[in-house]
Amino acid sequence: MSESVYTTARASASELRPMARRRSVVEHLRELGGYRELLANLTRKELTVRYQHSMLGFTWSMLQPVFLLIVYTAVFAILGAGFEKFSIWVLCGLLLWTFVATTLLTATTSITENASLVGKVKFPRAVLPLASVAGALVHLALQSIAFAVVLGVTRHRVDWVYMPLVPLAIVTATLVVAGIAVIIAPVNVYARDTGHLLDLLVLGWFWATPILYPFFLASTTLENNGISRWAQMANPFTPIVISIQRAIYGSSTEIGTDVSLIPDESVWWYAAWLGAIAAVALVVLAAALRLFDRAEVNMAEAL
Amino acid sequence: MEAVVVDNVTKTFRIATDPSDSLKERILRFRRTNYEEFVALRPIDLTIEIGETVGILGHNGSGKSTLLKCMAGILTPTTGEVRVRGRLASLLELGAGFHPDLTGRENVYINASFYGMSRRDVDKVFDEIVDFAELAQFIDEPVKHYSSGMYVRLGFAVAVNLEPDVLLVDEVLAVGDEAFQNKCIGRIRQFQDEGRTIVFVTHDVETVRHVCQRAIVLDHGHMVIDSHPSKSIRVFREYLHAHTPLHAAAELSDSPVLFTDVRVSHANAGTRRHLLPGEGFTIEIDVETTHPVDQPVLAVEVCDSAGAPIFRIDTDGLGTPLGRIEGRRTLRVDISNVELLDGEFPLNLSLSDRSTGRIFDWREGSDSFEVANPTKATGLVAFDVTVKEQ
Repeated sequence: MSESVYTTARASASELRPMARRRSVVEHLRELGGYRELLANLTRKELTVRYQHSMLGFTWSMLQPVFLLIVYTAVFAILGAGFEKFSIWVLCGLLLWTFVATTLLTATTSITENASLVGKVKFPRAVLPLASVAGALVHLALQSIAFAVVLGVTRHRVDWVYMPLVPLAIVTATLVVAGIAVIIAPVNVYARDTGHLLDLLVLGWFWATPILYPFFLASTTLENNGISRWAQMANPFTPIVISIQRAIYGSSTEIGTDVSLIPDESVWWYAAWLGAIAAVALVVLAAALRLFDRAEVNMAEAL
Repeated sequence: MEAVVVDNVTKTFRIATDPSDSLKERILRFRRTNYEEFVALRPIDLTIEIGETVGILGHNGSGKSTLLKCMAGILTPTTGEVRVRGRLASLLELGAGFHPDLTGRENVYINASFYGMSRRDVDKVFDEIVDFAELAQFIDEPVKHYSSGMYVRLGFAVAVNLEPDVLLVDEVLAVGDEAFQNKCIGRIRQFQDEGRTIVFVTHDVETVRHVCQRAIVLDHGHMVIDSHPSKSIRVFREYLHAHTPLHAAAELSDSPVLFTDVRVSHANAGTRRHLLPGEGFTIEIDVETTHPVDQPVLAVEVCDSAGAPIFRIDTDGLGTPLGRIEGRRTLRVDISNVELLDGEFPLNLSLSDRSTGRIFDWREGSDSFEVANPTKATGLVAFDVTVKEQ
């Protein structure tokens, strides 16, 4: 208390406010905004703790895509499957999916693993799943740097016209994932086996997204069964992943047929899809925060 | 102006009688889980003014920690509402939120951000925190290498340096060594002088007497009393007493003489239960013989609240040997000048044969007297103390 002398005036000046009460989504967001320092600290804590006793530290995150690239190149060379620069194609979707899967799996247990905290300290609990999102985002950033280096070394030419789609796709994916994270974290408080269910869900979702196979392949199969190829777009991660593939991999490569791997559309077409998904994701996130607010009331005692 | 308002707050916990947190169980017995309700807080109304220091006394399970958690906003009251003015810091468990693998420094920043403090705010008080915790040498060590005392020190140092308007403290001062406890009490006194509001939960009566201006006693979720500490402490003691099973009387079937009743009273027993330091009291012991007893010796022991004897005398030692007892008689023991401080003091009584040493009957801790100390002095014995400048 050296520099300032405390007086009761400070307390007297503030108003008497309830300690626990339901808040609107806007109030919730404002409160979370006030705790952005906590969000940053928890994210930093997560990352520091994970790499504390490893010699390479963050390099591990960056080595992962390089290693994946080598594995996929080798495996598909041996199997003789895939198409030109298949490993680069795969990485476009795989790095994004790693982000999605990591976030969802860590967010599920984000509250239950911090049970002691929730029972002893007051803070907006939604910070916990959001810190999982932020942590995974940092990983994605590191891996993207490594991927960029790989692209540079292999002299791969990205499609610069479509490149602005990449950050847009990542923002959209973050919004989608944040909404899901905010919903599943409190669910796991009341039903502890949510994680198992989620494992299956993430696996299924992975194969439902054109990451290891190109969009057109699924389109052909769907259309042979009388379903529109655009049904794929109902999966929010499909437009996100194909936007990244379009920007980084490009659409020039075709195999056998005259159908490109991904829809041969303008950058605006892709941007419109991303925008639409981001808009829906925002609504979902708002609803998720509202649900979270209700779950928060009894969270400390349910743990 | 009020700093904390507890408005008709109740808290009921639902405890699943067949606890199962799995999704399968939930789906199978959808909305049919059996719950037992546990009422932790009956309607509590409490207003704490700015600058007050209030103690909450209670046994384990009395609801005192639940009340504090409701005040801190960690638990949501089932009905009613808690309103707080200004910034609140709670010390419910020292080191809550500390991550063992991170250094003391990193943990300080994380801990402070739980209260919404920015890095820059913490930078300003960081040195004071480290100074107060006496951890300058170890601040860059992972806290898993800290002793429990160091943990406690760092936790307390962070909470008190966050400039809270209202500080909630739960039982934590009992950890840490004596020097640090004194330092904490000193800091709490400084807080009091500065006019901050403090709420203490403890079962340590002495701390409450020492630092609080007001104390409330909770029992099974009811607020039993809300009053001056010495009065509340007395009520708390009475409750303690009432809930402790009385010692079973000794079974002495073939003894020639037995105690039939013992009464403890004092001059002002009509108006108050307790003595004031320096007053005296009387023990009346009814005895009944089946055979006359020639040379009985009555011994009286006074114990401290933990049951350890602090005073013993018998009729031989007093030089007033008892004569032959036959039939129903009453022995009267007068004890004057009880210069004791606050507490409930159990009595041990025994009647034995002078020549053989055989114990005819005894009562251990079944009777007691109580002293309530109106002053701020603490300890066991009351002395008269005056201080003046020479």
